[in-house]
Amino acid sequence: MMTAYERVQTARQKGRPTAMYYIEHIFTGFLEMHGDRRFADDHAIVAGIALLNGLPVTVIGIEKGVLTEEKISRNFGSAHPEGYRKALRLMKQAEKFHRPVVCLIDTSGAFCGIGAEERGQGLAIAENLMTMMGLKVPIISILIGEGGSGGALALGVADRVWMLENAVYSVISPEGAASIVWKDAAKAAEASTALKMTAEDLLGFGMTERVFSEENGNFETVCSTLHNALAQEFSELLALSPKELTEQRYNRFRRIGGDEQ
Amino acid sequence: MRLISKEMFKKPNNRLEGELEPSKHVHAAVQESVAYTCPECKTALEKETLPELDYMCPRCGALFIMAARERLEWLVDEGTFHELDAALEPLDRLQFPEYAAKLKKAQRDSGEPEGVLTGTATIDGEPCALFIMNSTFIMGSMGAVVGEKITRLFEYATANGLSVIGYTVSGGARIQEGMFSLMQMAKTSGAVLRHGEAGLFYGVVLTHPTTGGVVASFAMEGDVILAEPKALIGFAGPRVIEQTMRQKLPEGFQRAEFLLDKGFIDRIVPRKDQKRELAQLLAMHRRDSTR
Repeated sequence: MMTAYERVQTARQKGRPTAMYYIEHIFTGFLEMHGDRRFADDHAIVAGIALLNGLPVTVIGIEKGVLTEEKISRNFGSAHPEGYRKALRLMKQAEKFHRPVVCLIDTSGAFCGIGAEERGQGLAIAENLMTMMGLKVPIISILIGEGGSGGALALGVADRVWMLENAVYSVISPEGAASIVWKDAAKAAEASTALKMTAEDLLGFGMTERVFSEENGNFETVCSTLHNALAQEFSELLALSPKELTEQRYNRFRRIGGDEQ
Repeated sequence: MRLISKEMFKKPNNRLEGELEPSKHVHAAVQESVAYTCPECKTALEKETLPELDYMCPRCGALFIMAARERLEWLVDEGTFHELDAALEPLDRLQFPEYAAKLKKAQRDSGEPEGVLTGTATIDGEPCALFIMNSTFIMGSMGAVVGEKITRLFEYATANGLSVIGYTVSGGARIQEGMFSLMQMAKTSGAVLRHGEAGLFYGVVLTHPTTGGVVASFAMEGDVILAEPKALIGFAGPRVIEQTMRQKLPEGFQRAEFLLDKGFIDRIVPRKDQKRELAQLLAMHRRDSTR
């Protein structure tokens, strides 16, 4: 049994497949669409239209990059407001054309920097949360690696939230939590356990519906399982009326942390 | 009239270069006596005069930190506040180390069970649903109860056709509640959305400091977004940005004036004008005045 911190390290491991790998292996005919039509094209987010068993879907992924140069151009998967706005634009477009949306989440967090603040990082995330809550087409979000706080949630307000077995999802990085709570970033391992951020933890909290095996690192098999699962789940979600869909999505999040005395 | 003035040739007021004065916001220590000393200029004041001074130092203009209940009494018409969900108590769901003790201390120090007050009241005669976050409770961090109370307030306002007025102050997520804290951002955003879809008005006042998950959810979702002068408002805290960028941040960065300049808030409203402006906004969005 892996510890929480081992999972964190696995989720961040060099060589672990990133969003583009899943896009190429799950879908066909992916056409990438660029830009937020407001400011720029954020390479930390890849988005476009693809086919899932012949069904057009909008796919949005946070991409960390593979080789060093690419990682730098993708800002190591930490998106700026324009990245979230590109995602939002394509989600609204998906709604217009009745296409389901798949989000692939893998980020240490939304970028924290001067430009990000100047262009409204908080607003960009808030707008995504609100819009996704009311989006009239099905959304499935899959955590494939790191789920870093608000920057992950900005693509995570979905009808189904799935996680790979070594994916993690947390309100703050374990290093961040350790340095704030214990003034000692070296206590990251302890913090990983305390934060209850593994797929298993989240399954127990009802914050994820399904956890997928990583098949001992055979990610082609993982992709084929995800392909079938997505096709199956969308066929069920597409049968719901927009009202039923958004009602269920609201209630999915509404019940979290609502049992106080 | 002089069309050309010296002013025109001055360097533009680039706030990134730190021309703003340092914040006048100060943490007021809990002072037991009837006297209150301005933490900034050390002017001695009487505590009971603070509400009529709008909790602002008459000498140096420093804005004093207001506890949620102080702000409530200062803001709403006397005797009109009906509190909702007053008994909601936080849970230590993760059994996070030292959290139970931290909660007890926060409850003892603040005299409140959690970090937000919600209810209905009138402001200069205008009815509304109201939430006021409390910086004196673990820095106004968003635990599950904060998210739940705000969500319930929006649902109540939606069901009863009420406008919502909110005062935010927050250091961000409540780390000790982990993902339960994060998910409140989605939950509250859903409730704000539904309130808006019902055609109802939500006005929010951002106070010092409003950061993290609160900025990335209901703080930035108002139909009208107001802020107190010089309030620090941002997604990432300045220290985090300094660490990421490895550079010192310019003065005035992430202050209310900076956000106004960048186009992210509607107005900066001094405390003495807030009651009047909020009442005016509520009146302008009264259902009988708009349809």
